[in-house]
Amino acid sequence: MSAPQLKALQHSWKIARTLISVYYAYMVEYRAELIFWVLSGSFPLIFLGLWDQAAQSTDVGFTPTEFARYFLAVFLARQFTVVWVIWDFEKEVVQGKLSPLLLQPIDPVWRHFFGHLAERLTRMPFIILLIGLFCLLYPDAIWIPTPYACFWGTLTLFLSFCLRFLIQYTFAMLSFWVERATAIQQFWFLFYTFLSGMIAPLELFPDPIREFALWTPFPYLVYFPASLLVGLPVDLRRGLVTIMLWGAIALTLNRVLWRKGLKKYSGMGA
Amino acid sequence: MPIINVQNLSKVYPVANKDPGLKGTLRHFFRRTYHNIEAVKQVSFQIEPGEIVGFLGPNGAGKTTTLKMLTGLIHPSTGSVSVSGHRPFDRKNTFLRQITLIMGQKQQLIWDLPALDSLRINAAIYNLSDVEFRDRVGELAEMLDIQAQLKQPVRKLSLGERMKAEMLAALIHRPQVLFLDEPTLGLDVNAQVAVRQFLQDYNQKYGATILLTSHYMADITALCDRVLVIHKGSLIYDGQLDRLLDQFAPYREVSVEFERTQDISPQSLKPYGKLQNLSGCKATFLVSTQDLTNTVSALLNNFTIQDLTVTEPPIEDVIGRVFQAGITPEQDAAAARPILSS
Repeated sequence: MSAPQLKALQHSWKIARTLISVYYAYMVEYRAELIFWVLSGSFPLIFLGLWDQAAQSTDVGFTPTEFARYFLAVFLARQFTVVWVIWDFEKEVVQGKLSPLLLQPIDPVWRHFFGHLAERLTRMPFIILLIGLFCLLYPDAIWIPTPYACFWGTLTLFLSFCLRFLIQYTFAMLSFWVERATAIQQFWFLFYTFLSGMIAPLELFPDPIREFALWTPFPYLVYFPASLLVGLPVDLRRGLVTIMLWGAIALTLNRVLWRKGLKKYSGMGA
Repeated sequence: MPIINVQNLSKVYPVANKDPGLKGTLRHFFRRTYHNIEAVKQVSFQIEPGEIVGFLGPNGAGKTTTLKMLTGLIHPSTGSVSVSGHRPFDRKNTFLRQITLIMGQKQQLIWDLPALDSLRINAAIYNLSDVEFRDRVGELAEMLDIQAQLKQPVRKLSLGERMKAEMLAALIHRPQVLFLDEPTLGLDVNAQVAVRQFLQDYNQKYGATILLTSHYMADITALCDRVLVIHKGSLIYDGQLDRLLDQFAPYREVSVEFERTQDISPQSLKPYGKLQNLSGCKATFLVSTQDLTNTVSALLNNFTIQDLTVTEPPIEDVIGRVFQAGITPEQDAAAARPILSS
């Protein structure tokens, strides 16, 4: 590595470190609200209650313990991949708050990205608390993930977060053209809810629907990392390639829309 | 060589038409129509390094749009802009490191954290070492007299303190070209004076170029020798401030509150200037700057007065007069710098 490259790398690391530490401090300011944000992501635990009942009365292909583990992993995946960049970005564009950020020699996306990462650290204690509670309620479901599950589960969780962030940030670019880009996000959430594996493991879906879902990005945002964590069989190579493909599509679209959007941006209210 | 060079700069915005009422709303929904607004028309000027230039104009005249084009926030429709040898809208890092834009009501500081945390982010972005960061924050905080407030959450600061903290954040990378859009808007008199003094000190210490818009005449008179006047998107004056004021505002507004016991009528006040308003025992005149001393003396001698204030005419009035007079540098070449487009 050449000296200028090393310097650039050190500079990037310094920015990342500072952004994470400052945004961590920022998120800690909202510690009370964080409890509610964490609880608002407990949908999977509600579905667990429903599926648990169903599994006890009929054979649905999963035992109550398997359901408990799966939905706990889904809960974790949701907690670590939650993204709200579109709401922040839309506000910045509509209210002209993007202007001061555009005047700095750094892409504004990094503030959002590291802000999200810092938030993950802040919600960690609450997540651990909820997992503890879950273990008390479902002692039979306690399991120790294998090193393989830990490694791939964590890696795909991070990739899922990146993919979800990238897709939502791409929708956010539409704020340059429409007043409420968040409406598109709400529409997208409909498909996310059904196809991501949040309401049921994909194994329970009819074959054609499951196969269709596996070509979309949705299962890779929840089902894929959750399955890896609990040890359900998944096609790891296909999953990674699909994440990369959707990531590349979103990134390309994002950069095109960013460049066109900046030309359109009139610094409303700035 | 000019540090800012603007040639025939124009900006046209499409704006949607919408009639009021349900019918208008439905028509707007199904068939949206637009009309173009020329916010800036064929503006040209040059600014030399180290100059402080006032950019004047009534609301909606095109000042902020021009500043946005100079900083690269928006693309011009036609014309060319060069700042420090760069095309602003290319947004090259080398360009962004040399400029700053301070907007009165817009903030880059994180609201819920102390300003120092936002400054740490800026220091990392501009790659300042810990020593540079400490030194610069110390120096600027001292100049702005805001050392104690940097550790308080931004939301707890007064408007004046917040504005100072914003300035510190915007200047930590020591930019050479400063664009300021209403930097003293909403500040009390003390804070306005402090901001003005700071800008003057910064300009002298670092030889920075400053282009400043303000509705407060005091900002302009304290800081700028030269002004640009823009009206309805066109640059109508580019020259010395003295000439602009002497020529188009050779009067002051004198407000007097008389003792109640006296007989005050328009006739009795006629000799003292152009009566603008008389309400009870309060009167306002326009008095020419030449006669100001004599008029004030005469008023004090001939009446018992409770209060008397002399104010400069509002900037909007001066600009209005400039516009009405339709001055161009061609007509008054001795007073004004040549307009480059001509």
